[in-house]
Order: sequence, then C-alpha cells, then structure tokens
Amino acid sequence: MLSYIAKRLAMAIPTLLIVITASFFLMRVAPGGPFDGERQLPPEIEANLMAAYHLDEPLPMQYLRYMGNLVQGDFGPSFKYKDFSVTDLIAQGFPVSLELGGLAIVLALLLGIPMGVMAALRRNSTVDYLLMGTALGGIAVPNFVIAPLMALFFGVILGWLPVGGWNGGALPNLVLPVVALAIQQIAYIARMMRASMIEVLGSHFIRTARAKGLNERQVIWRHALRPAMLPVLSYLGPAIAGIITGSVVIEQIFGLPGIGRYFVQGALNRDYTLVMGTVVFYGILIVLMNLIVDLLYSLFDPQIRYDD
Amino acid sequence: MTDTTRPPRPMGAYRPFFKRAALTACLLAIAPLGMAATLRIDNSAEPGTLDPQKTSGTWETRIVRELFETLVSQDAKGDLVPGLASHWQLSDDGLTWTLELRDDAQWSDGQPLTAGDAVFSLRRLLKPELAAHNANLYYPIKNARAINAGEAAPETLGVHALDDHHLEIRLERPTAWFLQAIAMPEAAPLPEHVLKESERWIVPGNTVVSGPFKLSEWSPQDHITLDKNERYYDADKVSLDEVILYPLEEATAALNRFRTGALDISYTSVPGGRFQQLRQELGDALRVSPLVGEYFYMFNLKPDSPLGDIRVREALNLATRREVITDQLLGMGQTPSYWLVPRVTEGGTKGEMPMAQLSMDKRMARAHELMKAAGFGPNNPVKLTLRYNTLEDHKKIAVALAAMWKPLGVEVSLVNAEAASHYAAIREGDFQLARYGMVATINDPYDFLGSYTTGGSAARSSGYHDETYDQLVEQSSETIDTGERAELLTRAQQRLLDDYALLPLYDYITTALVSERVHGWEPSPMDVHPLRYISIEE
Repeated sequence: MLSYIAKRLAMAIPTLLIVITASFFLMRVAPGGPFDGERQLPPEIEANLMAAYHLDEPLPMQYLRYMGNLVQGDFGPSFKYKDFSVTDLIAQGFPVSLELGGLAIVLALLLGIPMGVMAALRRNSTVDYLLMGTALGGIAVPNFVIAPLMALFFGVILGWLPVGGWNGGALPNLVLPVVALAIQQIAYIARMMRASMIEVLGSHFIRTARAKGLNERQVIWRHALRPAMLPVLSYLGPAIAGIITGSVVIEQIFGLPGIGRYFVQGALNRDYTLVMGTVVFYGILIVLMNLIVDLLYSLFDPQIRYDD
Repeated sequence: MTDTTRPPRPMGAYRPFFKRAALTACLLAIAPLGMAATLRIDNSAEPGTLDPQKTSGTWETRIVRELFETLVSQDAKGDLVPGLASHWQLSDDGLTWTLELRDDAQWSDGQPLTAGDAVFSLRRLLKPELAAHNANLYYPIKNARAINAGEAAPETLGVHALDDHHLEIRLERPTAWFLQAIAMPEAAPLPEHVLKESERWIVPGNTVVSGPFKLSEWSPQDHITLDKNERYYDADKVSLDEVILYPLEEATAALNRFRTGALDISYTSVPGGRFQQLRQELGDALRVSPLVGEYFYMFNLKPDSPLGDIRVREALNLATRREVITDQLLGMGQTPSYWLVPRVTEGGTKGEMPMAQLSMDKRMARAHELMKAAGFGPNNPVKLTLRYNTLEDHKKIAVALAAMWKPLGVEVSLVNAEAASHYAAIREGDFQLARYGMVATINDPYDFLGSYTTGGSAARSSGYHDETYDQLVEQSSETIDTGERAELLTRAQQRLLDDYALLPLYDYITTALVSERVHGWEPSPMDVHPLRYISIEE
C-alpha cells in the first residue's frame, strides 16, 4: 500500500509540472497585462512596474525564476494584493473554503445518498418522481439564482439568518452558503446513487442474496449499498477538490473570504502569480483527492487490493 | 446649535424624567460601559494595498486617507482645507511652495511628526523600485521625473525640510494643479522611523499612522477594522470609535445587507436596471451625486482609419442622441455631455461641441450632408468596429449607438472583451471606436485635457496631435491666475471639440446607500467622504 502511495505521488510530479508550465504560458498568451486598466499609465511608470515584478525579463527567464521560487514553496507576490504574498492569501482563505465546502459535501452525502436509495427502491413511483424531479430542479437552477433568493427570503424577508458575512464562521452565517453550495451536489449524488443502485439491485449477487432468503433490509444495507456507492466515490474526488477550493458565486453573494474568487479575479486582473498559485494549489488537491478516493475503493470493492 | 435655556417647570413635570433617569441608570449598570460608535461600510472591493504610495483605486484611498493625514486635506464636500499643514504659500514666481506643519501633529506611537517625514515620503514615492502608479503627478517637483526614471538620486529631489515644521517644495515650472496633488494620499508624510526598519510595515494593530483612525484588523476579503486614533491632532472632533469596512463586490449582496441594517453605508454601484425600483424603495437613502468623470468613445484618428476624416467624426457626433442614452437607457441622473471635462470639475472650464444647440432634425440633416461629402451613404456604407468592455450598460449603449448611426449608412460591428483585453487593445491603438471612461485622479481639468496632449495616454492611443492644443494646455498648467487659466483651458477644450476628436456621451454620477442614522455624509465630486465628519446615531 505504501509503495503504491509513493508511486502515485511520484507520478503526480510530472502531471503538476505539465499543469504549471501550460498555465504559465497560457496566461501570458492572453491579451492585456496586469497593469492594463481604465487609466493608462505613462510609459515611465509602466516600465518601473514591469521591472519591479520582473516582467521586463524574457519569458523563459521569468519561467525559470517562477519555478525556482515554487520549489522553495514561494508562490511570489500578488500583483493586485500588494501587501500579501499569494501564499498568505491562500493560507488565509483556504480554511474558510474548506469549512464551507466540507460541510456542503457532508450535507450532500447525508441527503443525496438516502434520496437516491429511496428513489431506486421505489422506482417509477410517486416518491421516485418527486425525489428525482426535485434533484433535476437542483441541477437545473444554478446557484447564482438560488443563493440570492435564499438570502432574500430567509435573510431580508423572514430575518431568520444573516444575509452574508463570515463572522468567524458562526453557525447562523454558515447555514445559507452551505445549503446553497450543497443543493447541486445533493442533486448529482442522488441521481447517481439512484442509477447505480438500480443497476446493482439487478445484478446476480443480489439475486443470490435474495435466493438465500435474506430479508430486503439486509440485501440493501449489507450487499447493495457498498457497490452502489462506487460511482459516487469516483465522483467525490474531483468534486471535493472543486468544492473546497471555493465558489466564486457563493463567496461573492454572501461576501465570504474564501479562495474561490481568486481564480476568477486573478485571471481577469492578469494577476499571473495569483492565478498560478491557485492553479498549483487546485492541481495538488485534485491529485491528493483522487489518491484518497482510489485508496477508499479497496474498502468498498473487495476485488481491489493495493498489495506491496 | 440647540437652545439650552428653557422656562422653569413645575416639580411634578419632572417625575417622568426621574423615572427615565432611574431606568437609564439600571440599563447602564447592565450594558457595557462606553458603548462604541461603530460605522459599518461596504467598501465595494478588497484593497490591494494600504500603503498610501502604492494605491490605485478609490476602495483603497478611502481607507488610506483615514490612516494617513495628508498635508492638505479635504472636507466633507471635497474642498481643500488644512491638514497636517496649517498654512501654505506659493512664491511670486510660482516655483516654490512653503508649507507650515502643525506643531501638535504626532504619529500614533507618540513620535513627533516632522517635515523630515514629509521629505522622506516624497523621496520614497519617486523611487523607481517603488513603482508608484501615480508618481507622475509629482513630476513637476524639481528632479522628480529623473529620479523616477532612475537617472538621479532621490536625495536630489526639490523637497527640503527647512526645520521640523517647515517644508519647502521647489518645482521645475509653475503648476496650477499642484496643491491638488499635495492633497493626494500618495504625498502624505510617512513614518520614517518605522520604514527605515522594514518595508513590511502595514501590519494590523501595529501600523504607525497619523490620521484619525488606526488599522486594528485586516482579514482579506472579509473585513477591515479601523479604531479611533486618540493621538490624532483633531481626535476630539472625531465622533466614530470604530469603523468596519466590508469588501462586497456584488450589488445584491450589498443591498441585502443594507436592507437588514447590517450596513450603514454602501459604496457598491447600484445596478442601472434596478435604479428606479430602488429609488422608490430606499428613498433618500439612495444618494446620487455628480462625479468628476467622463464617459466617452475614443476615435482612432490615424490616417488609415475612416475616422481620420473629421466629417465622419462630426456626423457620428451629430447623430448621437445623448438624451436617449442618459434618460431612457440609464435613467440615473447622468448629464448628457458635449465636452471632455465634466462640468463639476474645479477650474471653470467651458466649451462644447457647436451642434449641442441644434435641433435633432437639423443635426441629422447636417450629418447626412457630411457623410455624403465624405463619400459614404446607405449605398456605400462605412464599416466601423466598435469595442466595449464587458458590462451590461456598456453593451446597451453600444447597441444603441449602432442603431442611431445606421440611417447615416454606418455599419457597426460590436466587439466585446473583458477589461484587460479591452484596455490593452486601446493602449496598442488596435481599435476604430472604443468605449472609454475617465475618472479624475485630481479634481482639475488638466487630468482630462492633459491626456490628449502629445505623449498623453489618449493621444498615444487615438493618434491625436495638435501643437496649438498642446501649447494651450501646457500654458494653462503653468498659469496660476484662476480667471486667465479658465480661459486657456476653455480655449484648449474648444479646439479639441472643434476637431471632433472624441465622442463624449455623459458626465458620470456616483451612487451610494447611506442610512438615515448616518449624519455628516455629503456628496463630493471626487467621491471622498472623510470619516472625521461623519457620525452615527446609536
């Protein structure tokens, strides 16, 4: 198992290298630079800025400088947030995104799996149509529609919950963003779980279990649930990486200090170092999450073993 | 002023008073003593920096102005008033400013604030390695440009401390708008004794400041907390104890928080499409005031462009129904404009495009004639590409312009790009017609007209070149007499407008949501609202 993990981590290095290199050069191909704005700068000032951030050097030189710093764990200074390094920004924003995303995933699993199982067991019944109709609604209505409506209804009209703000992660402030973030995930997981459960319930080993005289509850919980979870598990790897690196929509609507907005703002502001920092961070998370999911597979599927 | 002299009342009349007093005493015993006056502001964006010399946006200067008192300050209406300098005077030749610093000014760590700090600050501002965005505003100071280009040592800057309380600034040439530059946060004195130790000096709880507030917390993308600086020279007049600023960028998020009372002031722009509804809902809380800013379309005047022909430029200006844009498309109180320098700008610059006084029928008739003379018409259309940056209102205006010009035989292709690409295309001159907005850095016509002088940003992009215009603007900059200067500026602007070098559309406005509990907030053309004049009802 340990050698498998080591091998997978070693394989991640070239993957990340390709991601970093491609992102670095793609960013520079985009028209415009970090100092292009409504107020055009005089040439002298622009030259000073380019020199201050080493943007006046040839591109390969800039790349080598960036990689050299990265190896030392230095993501460089942000072009826009000048009082912070990219590492500072990620370190301050990630705990917020992690808490929000983590809670949203837990909520999505707690609701999505039972919904999917229930719909599969009552296939083509009113319950199935109701649950899957709701799930389809969850997928179809984007969170930039749901989130402001929730804020308006529960925050402004009913006044039950704060309409935004982090407030150190206080529970009332978490409810709306976590639910808004989870809704789409609940819907995906429920639909995936339903399809997979229906498939598993039709398989030979379930027929065998039933033939042996096991009651339906044992068939479902002991034999069908674990294999039915496999597609959800595969989906969770990238989904968790995506959700815990923040959501620009949810963060902006609820005014939360996560790192989701850095992806978009960094790209729009041509804040090269910030974009690179978030891409590298996201890349590492994806690699780690996929590894964890692969390791978890062995718990869910007895046919999978990671022998040394 | 309230009248405190009242006729005596019978004893019984005081009973309710005693009851209330007893109740208040009980409440005071329960409530924490010394309830702080806290103001909560939506600052519209996260500041990139709080170093006053590195800032580039209003969401940064709004905070920085509270932390670092400038030599010349602004009052609630944006007028220049004494700041750290109690007096200033300009020599007769217009080349030397002498500023007298207050003797009760000190840093928040108790160190005295001296003219030496001001010298240190201006030298730092012009060092090329600091790469200050607005360093060019200080190029009129002797040797400043050479220092900023790395060709001279910072010590050669024409700024000297005559003693601890007197600062002398020598200029290369008289500069009428220089006091406005001195009132910018970039020129605020900085604590030399702190900066000599470290350049990482903006540390919450530990930043040494001179303004009415101290930086006590900075949680990026979440909030910034400012606490009253008791060592500020005018601390007695500052009513607020604490100010919390949130970086909300999304208009709905800001509105919702304002509606629930979680915000007292919001500076996030109100979306144009919802303005009328919000006007009804929020009433006086929605403040709209003119801003020193101009919305216009830049023409590419280079000879290979169809817009190199003045007849085409005039025709497009003639056929543009500005009132339709301001009243029907936007409807927020913007003023249609036929000029570059917004009317609210200081300095009394006049001048407008001649056709401003013509009826629409006459304008259209002349526009058709001009297009025909230029060789264009419905059977031989001129094809133009119009660029705008991503924003719903920009798109609406671009579509409207294309429709307004169609009868002249103008075929417009719209090109939309996000801001960085859009401005890069303008910088490189890769456009025919481009949406542009100029918001003043200093409240002076030079900020606008200077951009069209040879070497200026708009001139570089558009290819505009007129030596007489350059001379008039330059002369106005060096003329101290306000009447004479206004006349020169008006002549310069008129020349630019007679050339139809651009397509002005409207003077900007700015919106803010201000709770009725907030007092002392005034409209200000530069959108500067110093917190020392603001108070809040508990």
